[in-house]
Amino acid sequence: MTDPAESEAQVFSLDEQRAARDARFQEDVDGGGRERCGAMTAAGQPCRNYAVDGGRCRVHAPSDPETEVARSRKAARREPGLSGSAPRARSGARPHPAISDTRGGRIAGDGRGAAAGAARRGAPRSGRDVGGASPEGATVQGGPAQGGPAQGGPAQTGPAEAEAGASSARAGDGDGGGTGSGPPGAGPRTGSFAWAEAQLLQRGFGSAIDGLELLRDAADDRFLEALRGLVSFLRRRVTGAYEIDDFGFDEDLTTHVLMPLLRPLHRHYWRVTSHGIEHVPSEGGGLLVANHAGTLPADALITRLDVFDLTGRHARELGADLVFRTPFVGELARKTGATLASGDDADRLLSSGELVAVWPEGFKGLGKPWKDRYKLQRFGRGGFVATASRTQVPIIPTAIVGSEEIYPMLFDLRIVARLLGLPYFPVVPQMFALPVLGPFALLPLPSKWVIEYGEPIDPSSLGRDVAEDPMALFALTDQVRERIQQMLYRNLMGRRSVFL
Amino acid sequence: MTEGRRVLLTGVAGQFGALVARALEQRDDVLEIVGIDVREPPHDLRRTEFVRADLRNPLVGRVLEAAAIDTVLHLSVTSQPSAAGGRTSMKEHNVIGTMQLMAACQASPVLRRVVLKSTGAVYGSAHTDPALFREDSTPRIPPRQGFGKDASEAEGYVRTLSRRRRDLDLTILRLANLVGPRVDSAFQSFFALPVLPTVVGFDPRLQFCHEEDAVGALVQAATGDRHGTVNVAGAGTLYLSQAIRLAGRVPVPVPLPFVSGLSAALRRSGRADVSPDQLRMLQFGRVMDTTRLREEFGFEPGYTPRTAFDDFLERRRLRGMIDRDEAVRLERELYDFLQRKGQERFLESQRAGQEGRV
Repeated sequence: MTDPAESEAQVFSLDEQRAARDARFQEDVDGGGRERCGAMTAAGQPCRNYAVDGGRCRVHAPSDPETEVARSRKAARREPGLSGSAPRARSGARPHPAISDTRGGRIAGDGRGAAAGAARRGAPRSGRDVGGASPEGATVQGGPAQGGPAQGGPAQTGPAEAEAGASSARAGDGDGGGTGSGPPGAGPRTGSFAWAEAQLLQRGFGSAIDGLELLRDAADDRFLEALRGLVSFLRRRVTGAYEIDDFGFDEDLTTHVLMPLLRPLHRHYWRVTSHGIEHVPSEGGGLLVANHAGTLPADALITRLDVFDLTGRHARELGADLVFRTPFVGELARKTGATLASGDDADRLLSSGELVAVWPEGFKGLGKPWKDRYKLQRFGRGGFVATASRTQVPIIPTAIVGSEEIYPMLFDLRIVARLLGLPYFPVVPQMFALPVLGPFALLPLPSKWVIEYGEPIDPSSLGRDVAEDPMALFALTDQVRERIQQMLYRNLMGRRSVFL
Repeated sequence: MTEGRRVLLTGVAGQFGALVARALEQRDDVLEIVGIDVREPPHDLRRTEFVRADLRNPLVGRVLEAAAIDTVLHLSVTSQPSAAGGRTSMKEHNVIGTMQLMAACQASPVLRRVVLKSTGAVYGSAHTDPALFREDSTPRIPPRQGFGKDASEAEGYVRTLSRRRRDLDLTILRLANLVGPRVDSAFQSFFALPVLPTVVGFDPRLQFCHEEDAVGALVQAATGDRHGTVNVAGAGTLYLSQAIRLAGRVPVPVPLPFVSGLSAALRRSGRADVSPDQLRMLQFGRVMDTTRLREEFGFEPGYTPRTAFDDFLERRRLRGMIDRDEAVRLERELYDFLQRKGQERFLESQRAGQEGRV
């Protein structure tokens, strides 16, 4: 009783236990495995509480009002040192009035603490209780911070209290809104959290909780917010509580996982600079038309990210059917909002006011040999112009410089490609470094990228009947292609070197 | 027509047929309901008269005539080979049965309306699919086998009938995958598996139609005056992975080469009745455009695929390993745990204020 280390062991609630642990941590006293209470509970199980004196816990200790008072006094004296941990206490889970509140300390001082202690011992409850102590909680400490006795203690309480705690937790679930912003102690769910905490403590995860709390105390609010965001995201993903649109666009996943993964590539690896973003409409439909190169469609992803970072809009890509046949790629494409490059889907997207990005060169552009770099290939069959004129959205010609150099294609192994059912099978210089560098060799080259968004082509100038007039359609397609070609040359002239 | 419809219902012994029959029984504008099936309906039907006959039996024509039927509701195009007694007899029943029924309909002078319960499977399921199938879009890769093929052939016979009898109002309802507490479907048996096989690298978009919506649309098709081909489903879509997560189940990705072998094994063991055409669904999925259902046909589905699936899980008591409420609760508790930092600061400042006053 006199030894300070021992007096810290005189705890019977989780909060006191935690307070004790905190104090011990501060005083740098090693708290090893403590002795458990030797008594049996009313339920016939061994009591899990820490032993206090004589191998018994507070609940099962022989009645002794004297020590009770002394203990309360001692606790009251210790109060200032514990102020940091005391407010953390949840009302109901704070059984000992003295340790948590000066008011309680006064009460303990005038001897009523002993009566309270006696009442507690007299209360019928299973021996596992470490003092949910709702009577005191209600009568002595019924301040504004109190949620009332129904908040129960940690789950190591009598059955009635456990039930109350559970029901309050359920009620909390039902309220549907954020509860955390309320006054201290308002969260009725904390009881069950304390239960989880107790479980962890029992299984020897106390240090983990300490760590978490340390982290929490050390972290600033921004970190906490980020942590909350992460947890909420994980919960949404695990339980399926997210929405996708008709095309399968999973915005939650795209903006929170895939875009952040791509951003380092955009910022630091390819150091993308872009100009002319004002030409991308900030609302309503629009059709981005860009050149395609680089063996792998990295330019599509990077342009998409660039547009998103600059305007906050998702440019929905139109992909070839091969994309949707390929495992993982097709799945990811759908989830990031890409859809099949067909008139049907494009019309649907554009008429619902989405920004659509299209690479009309397709595989011819992606898989063109190194000697043809920055030479635009045929622009498909001009379907994109027809779509734009049908839905009357502006066409934004876009030139991407730098994507050609990420995987310079030296040869096309056509036989292999045919065997694998691919449009081309590239041989890139990186492959020759494979024996030396291993898989790292296959990283794309860090070329410097420039993206230019050109002046939009007004849809009203196209006229709705362009879609029905093949000659006009081809002329327009060529016009767009010519524009992008010029933009490419201009930006190529402007760059200092491929990599800088 | 003035005093009410006289409806012939095929496939009345099935769960879905019984639901439609009951819904029709409650309508005042339906005078008479005659149900046809090869087996006795196990359900308690009040007004419905039952005729035990195979659709391929000429008896059907006589029933049409004797009861002066003016509306035929053809529901017995079935999707489950095991229920029909094997794929061969299923095809026989679906295709030849529809053909014979349409022949009988053509001969009936008082008939005004034919409603076929078809399926979205007629669009097939492929990587060349548009994001949403409209009623007039033709799939680039049509279904080559199974239920989808049967249904498109059945639709063909119904269209032939409407070409020959211009005075008939023809309605084809293409239903998405049915889910609901009472109707058994391929998806129901799929989600009853202990772990859910998926195809590695593919996450199909699914669309569900709640059984109440399906019944509602069929009743409206039988009693209303709109006609044409209509997709029936809730607006929106779910990924298979999302559905599995909603159900709190564990997916087991199976590499594509092993998928058909696994499904054959499941079929033989009787665990799940997954036909090869439904396997393509697990790869590419299918979503239909339901604009026409809402705007032209005038039927507003009560469920989106999401809510339909939730209802299905709840009413079927399909419980997964992860309880959604539990997850929400844990998250809230973590929030509170973090929140307490703010509370501490608050309390500290309060205490400081109190001490200052004292």
